[in-house]
Amino acid sequence: MDINKTLDAKGLACPMPIVKTKKAIEDIDSGQILEVVATDAGAKSDLTAWCKSSGHELVDMNEDDGVFTFYIKKG
Amino acid sequence: MAEKKKTNIILFSGDYDKTMAAYIIANGAAAYDHDVTIFHTFWGLNALRKDEKLQPKKSFMEKMFGKMMPRGANNMPLSKMQFLGMGPKMIKSVMKKHNVMPLPDLIDMAKEQDVTLLACTMTMDLLGLKKEELLDDIEYGGVAAYIAEGEDGAINLFI
Repeated sequence: MDINKTLDAKGLACPMPIVKTKKAIEDIDSGQILEVVATDAGAKSDLTAWCKSSGHELVDMNEDDGVFTFYIKKG
Repeated sequence: MAEKKKTNIILFSGDYDKTMAAYIIANGAAAYDHDVTIFHTFWGLNALRKDEKLQPKKSFMEKMFGKMMPRGANNMPLSKMQFLGMGPKMIKSVMKKHNVMPLPDLIDMAKEQDVTLLACTMTMDLLGLKKEELLDDIEYGGVAAYIAEGEDGAINLFI
């Protein structure tokens, strides 16, 4: 998977991961991939819901020792 | 593009914690691409006060109100566990530890995300708050201004 942009949101608490993700996705084109790395435990449901509602696709997600990585395809 | 959804929050409370909740929701909704308005009324106006000491022309009662109410978001009390001012100090230190944005930063972030901050002029008159005491770049209105936003709001909250 080609990653076009990476956002490091580690250590940030609600609502910052979602606010920063929104800003970051404005910098890429439709169809490109944004990688978001976060440690906020709520980020999993937050980003899933946000993608669904804003028309982006959560292509993949994984968790490693409390660090969540999301791959979002811009809609 | 589809028409933007709207989130409207009436902020009545002048408590630090409740105001934080309002501004976290506002910032989240802005990230959802909603048009967001926070309507500040009664004690909620204190979140918009500048923290410097200003002395606009006021009546005696207005001066008393001005002295008794917190000057700005950072000086607001907690709704629980105020402990004569120890509570806010404690919560701010815990927030720092958990990397949670302090309230003044949340307000700046909301402005940056084009959240409309609306001050209720009727309660400004009641509490004797003058425009020069409140933050710049805010809007002023009454109940109709809120209803206009609220009637087609996807989310309407009273905090």
